[in-house]
Amino acid sequence: MTALDSSKEIQKNNSEVNETHEDFRMFGLITFLIADGMTFAGFFAAYLTYKAVNPLPDGAIYELELPIPTLNTILLLVSSATFHKAGKALLKDKNSDSQKWLFFTAFLGIIFLICQLFEYFHLPFGLTDNLFASTFYALTGFHGLHVTLGTLMILIIAWQSRINGGRLTSQNMFPLEAVELYWHFVDGIWVVLFFILYLL
Amino acid sequence: MTISIDPQKTNNESLQPQGWLRYFSFSLDHKVIGIQYLVCGFLFYLIGGTLASAIRIELASPMSDFMPRDVYNQVLTLHGTIMIFLWIVPVVNGAFGNYLIPFYVGARDMAFPRLNAVAFWLIPPSGLMLVASYFVEGAAQAGWTAYPPLSITTPQSGQIIWILSVLLLGGSSIFGGINFIATIIKLRRPGLKLMQLPMYCWAMLGTSLLVVLSTPVLAGTLILLSFDIIANTGFFNPVLGGNVVVYQHLFWFYSHPAVYIMVLPAFGLVSEILPVHARKPLFGYTTMVFSIMGIVVLGLVVWAHHMFTSGTPPWMRLFFTIATAFIAVPTGIKFFNWVATLWGGKISINSAMLFSCGFIINFVFGGITGVALAQVPFDIHVHDTYFVVAHFHYIVYGGTVFIIFSSIYHWFPKVTGKMLNEKLGILHFTITFIGFNLCFAPQHWLGLNGMPRRVAEYDPQFQFVNQISSLGALLMAISTIPFLINVFLSVRNGKNASDNPWNALTPEWLTSSPPPVENWEGEAPLVEEPYGYGVEISEQK
Repeated sequence: MTALDSSKEIQKNNSEVNETHEDFRMFGLITFLIADGMTFAGFFAAYLTYKAVNPLPDGAIYELELPIPTLNTILLLVSSATFHKAGKALLKDKNSDSQKWLFFTAFLGIIFLICQLFEYFHLPFGLTDNLFASTFYALTGFHGLHVTLGTLMILIIAWQSRINGGRLTSQNMFPLEAVELYWHFVDGIWVVLFFILYLL
Repeated sequence: MTISIDPQKTNNESLQPQGWLRYFSFSLDHKVIGIQYLVCGFLFYLIGGTLASAIRIELASPMSDFMPRDVYNQVLTLHGTIMIFLWIVPVVNGAFGNYLIPFYVGARDMAFPRLNAVAFWLIPPSGLMLVASYFVEGAAQAGWTAYPPLSITTPQSGQIIWILSVLLLGGSSIFGGINFIATIIKLRRPGLKLMQLPMYCWAMLGTSLLVVLSTPVLAGTLILLSFDIIANTGFFNPVLGGNVVVYQHLFWFYSHPAVYIMVLPAFGLVSEILPVHARKPLFGYTTMVFSIMGIVVLGLVVWAHHMFTSGTPPWMRLFFTIATAFIAVPTGIKFFNWVATLWGGKISINSAMLFSCGFIINFVFGGITGVALAQVPFDIHVHDTYFVVAHFHYIVYGGTVFIIFSSIYHWFPKVTGKMLNEKLGILHFTITFIGFNLCFAPQHWLGLNGMPRRVAEYDPQFQFVNQISSLGALLMAISTIPFLINVFLSVRNGKNASDNPWNALTPEWLTSSPPPVENWEGEAPLVEEPYGYGVEISEQK
């Protein structure tokens, strides 16, 4: 290979390197979320097929209690709204308001996870009891993993939106917008999951 | 919102190692990453090829005398997995895609350079892990499909390492796909329209859509399979009330599109190479674009043709037979377009052209057996026989690997600034073409006569034909030697290549060989007619 004096090359090009281009990080994130959604789609397809063709053994039909998951649905829907509020506040340069809304959103996420764990501990079946139980834990667990990651990311951007020295400003909204999109995505998946797993 | 590129930041990148050391660094340069993909993939190709030779040595005699039966199963599994996930997919997508796509869209790098480097550096560790799984209690033995219950009942540690490795490689592939989609759609040079892009861009756009839509399903499936192996759940274990057919559906929802992930980029590459060496415009550009997108859509809804013997209900068989037969239409359009591109052209017989023509011949043969396999009555007869082995090797080796070699001969001068030796190249092609057809053509006969695949022992009546096939495999192994000598000699003291040795019109040839770090000295050129050979060109800017 011919050695190329690249540092000289770059210096020569410095005047032209100073270009601008559109921000396509959001585009990349949307593509990633489509991929992530396909993972869930695979799980849902497997669950629905099992439901259609694999009868459970006698006495193994489990009715799921609705109160906790309904509460969880409301929690996540409200948290989507509070996240939106945080974005609006940041856009108006009200960083402390934005931070409060973010912490509140993260709090709702944590309550969701606690409720989910509470439900796990009070269910009459375990992971390996039967096909329905396994699929239930796999689906809700995989979604719970997403909520956990989302909550952590909200806490991180809440820290970044602190008034003095925070990276998150109305000029640099991308971290907040990205996590917000992810959070709405996780909410949307939960609504589908709630419908398919609990109501159907 | 716009991002401004900070010159200071770009300067910092020049602190990265230069010379050959950069190929071992976390380089963000798309050209370095492309070479990393290619060389890494080729090393795994040598490993996978060694395993293939071991398989053919074993099958030269009816008894399992060369290696024990379970070792044969491990070798078979590793051969398939390495060739698909570590050689063909990374090279035909990652290597050529990373090297060429930024040139073709008139960009200085990919859309997400760091993600790009991460995607590459996931490959060597997962590949090494996969190869090393041989040294635990044995590598995975369930074939590259890892069908349960076989994958649940065979030794667990090898299978789990296999799953982890494929998950990492799938992640790498998804990151790459996201990057390609963003680069092609968002990073095009101003003034460059979609329908002016070189065909490889379209092929990579289609491939990346398939990667993004189908690979996550495989990841989810393998996670469920690992639960079955580790946590004793019963998703795919009939003993615990599970359903093996669900695994097959989910698996083939990825793995049929995976065939197109392996072969669509090759379609794109051959569409770049043929016009240059035939000095004619690519025939039927628009139909090529639509047939690529047609293959993408149809490729997602044909997966169950792998499962005609899995108790698939008649309506499903009918649907998937028809859908599969339909794929022959866009594929046939592409085939005739390539032939029409060659027709009446001023053809130069060189290594790149020979390998491309070899591709067309092998691929049409593999395509015909593919249409035959889509028919339920025929498929039931030859399912899981050597006919299937012959069919898919005609597609992935006779098709894609031929194009990988063709592309290496075509772009070597651009990448290294040195020409490859044509005599050695033609020798390489001759041995590969004869060896390949000698190895795989007889396997059609073996399959039609009922020799099952994936078994170390077979009925002695098949011995003679198997020995012919093994002879072909020997020739294929030998064919690598002139290629390696050629590359070694050319890099050391080959003839210097000019910037555009083939007089090609696509944008990568409009810069120096090898190209500078940010691809062009000045502004990226606007190439409106990448295939304007032998026609009046309005005015190339």
